[in-house]
Amino acid sequence: MAPILDIRNLYKNYGATEVLKDINIAIEPGDFLVLVGPSGCGKSTLLNCIAGLETISGGSLSIDGRDMTHVSPKDRDIAMVFQSYALYPTMSVAKNITFGMKVRGVDKATQARKLGEVAAQLQIEQLLNRKPGQLSGGQRQRVAMGRALVRDPKLFLFDEPLSNLDAKLRVEMRTEIKRLHQSLNASMVYVTHDQIEAMTLATKIVVMKAGIIQQIGTPAEIYNRPTNLFVADFMGSPAMNLIPARATREGAATRLEIARNSGPPLVLMDQTAPELPDQIILGLRPEDIAEAGFRSGSGVQEAECLVDMVEPAGADTFVVTSLGGKEVTARLHAETSARARQHLSLAFDISKASYFAPESGQRLN
Amino acid sequence: MTDLASSSPPRAGWNRRLLRWMLYAILGLFALYYLLPLFVMLTTSLKSLEEIRAGSLIALPRDVTFSPWATAWSSACTGIQCEGLRPYFWNSVLIAIPAVALSTMLGAMNGYVIAQWRFRGANLIFSLMLFGCFIPFQVVLLPMARLLGMMGLAGSIPGLIFVHVIYGIGFTTLFFRNYYVTIPADLVKAAKVDGAGFFRIFWSIFLPLSLPIIVVTVIWQFTQIWNDFLFGVSFSEAGTQPVTVALNNIVNSTTGVKEYNVDMAAAIIAALPTLIVYVVAGKYFVRGLTAGSVKG
Repeated sequence: MAPILDIRNLYKNYGATEVLKDINIAIEPGDFLVLVGPSGCGKSTLLNCIAGLETISGGSLSIDGRDMTHVSPKDRDIAMVFQSYALYPTMSVAKNITFGMKVRGVDKATQARKLGEVAAQLQIEQLLNRKPGQLSGGQRQRVAMGRALVRDPKLFLFDEPLSNLDAKLRVEMRTEIKRLHQSLNASMVYVTHDQIEAMTLATKIVVMKAGIIQQIGTPAEIYNRPTNLFVADFMGSPAMNLIPARATREGAATRLEIARNSGPPLVLMDQTAPELPDQIILGLRPEDIAEAGFRSGSGVQEAECLVDMVEPAGADTFVVTSLGGKEVTARLHAETSARARQHLSLAFDISKASYFAPESGQRLN
Repeated sequence: MTDLASSSPPRAGWNRRLLRWMLYAILGLFALYYLLPLFVMLTTSLKSLEEIRAGSLIALPRDVTFSPWATAWSSACTGIQCEGLRPYFWNSVLIAIPAVALSTMLGAMNGYVIAQWRFRGANLIFSLMLFGCFIPFQVVLLPMARLLGMMGLAGSIPGLIFVHVIYGIGFTTLFFRNYYVTIPADLVKAAKVDGAGFFRIFWSIFLPLSLPIIVVTVIWQFTQIWNDFLFGVSFSEAGTQPVTVALNNIVNSTTGVKEYNVDMAAAIIAALPTLIVYVVAGKYFVRGLTAGSVKG
């Protein structure tokens, strides 16, 4: 199938500053692409470039096979939901939703029918005569979604649509957007700085930093095999533990030596690691460090560690210890007997390990 | 402690009441001071000349007469003609209404472009327009006279409209620009994605939002243009003078007896439109001036 959105070698400059550098993305129809990164990484600019609200300085962009590089926003067959909702303040909800159709000269009967459909779908029928100022944040969000849905576009664009909502509503709307995506089978591009939103919604994630794509992949790929230290650190909460270690070869196996504040170094053996340089950074997710006896497998190795802190979080209990001069978090079950300032035997699942070069930050395995 | 608690509240209440009354007294005094000239004008305009000569300045009229008003309106002499203020009053209306409407519309458009369609040099153009607000009228009198002459508008009402529109654009643009910069840029983006163009966005989204600032601009421009004397006296001729110039002529060109009652009536007639505009729309004026700065 032809990609619904195809971005090739896209550059964006503001004067001498390069905001986006050599962006290449292609997504299939039905994909939910999430652009994620810290603020200022260029993700919103990229979305505006896709929408045609910003001109691009180089490269090309096509939607559903048609070249859109120099096409104005209204002819791109897109709909967009904004962080501030951007509802027209003087128009009623119904007028807000039908404004685009009115501008395009859609006849009154079709306008009314589509308005009815969308209002029913989003359960906003009782709000149609109100002004945006009389709506709550969540209701405004729904109206903004309605304005996009009624367009029935090739591509939906979302610019941090949930960041103005409170935590509970955010989770609800997240589920709703996901349900909408599944029921419409629509193609969507979604910008967020919230990596949990990215993981839960996306079929494909683009992680960006300083205008450069760091990694493109499915949520699982991004989570399990981050391509560099930035992605490893950015995605996942709590973040991946990044522990400096010394690697030496022992036959077919790799011996990893991690310094500790007191006592002998922690030694872990990896039977499957590729050839590694001397100094590396070992990346292990908190859930890949468990309490001894609760994890089994070929790569699991146990070691006594001094617990610095215990943080119960309901379903899990996080235990913080110190390895290689870094704080290391382990995710234990809720009924753990771990106590602060006591020793505890932890199980490290080295088969899940990621290895990074300390200088370049690139993944090594 | 209990003693203090029981004895201090009445004392504090008393002090507060005293301060309040002092405040009212001072405010009342100032109000009186500012209203006194109007009072004198009004009472004098309702007195006959004999009564003015005989009585005190601030005394109420004994026999109320409206004939000075009738004279001022339709038969007072401005130089050789004796048609009263009426024709000049209509001149002012014919100048002020188109000039206010045009300068407000142009200001709205300029403000919209400068605030929401940022283009290269937008700030420079805005600065130049602001600078235009501070150029003294006298500086442009001669060049403007030349320009009006070349355009064939010298001494005509369209010429005066032109001058007032040009001079008003700086202020009206400033008003609208400052109002529109507070409107989030996402609104324009959303409308663009919806397919609306430059004018559509202006008409359907920005103008409906603009009532408070339109009121401010209209009051400001109307007051400026109606009260203008310098342009009116410089760029008009016998039949096209605005009411301010005619008022001056009535007051200054009488020979023999000085008709104070007619002068006062004429002055009130000339000032009435701006007074009415303030009374009717004044509260929107204050509201509109602060609307941009407060969110919600």
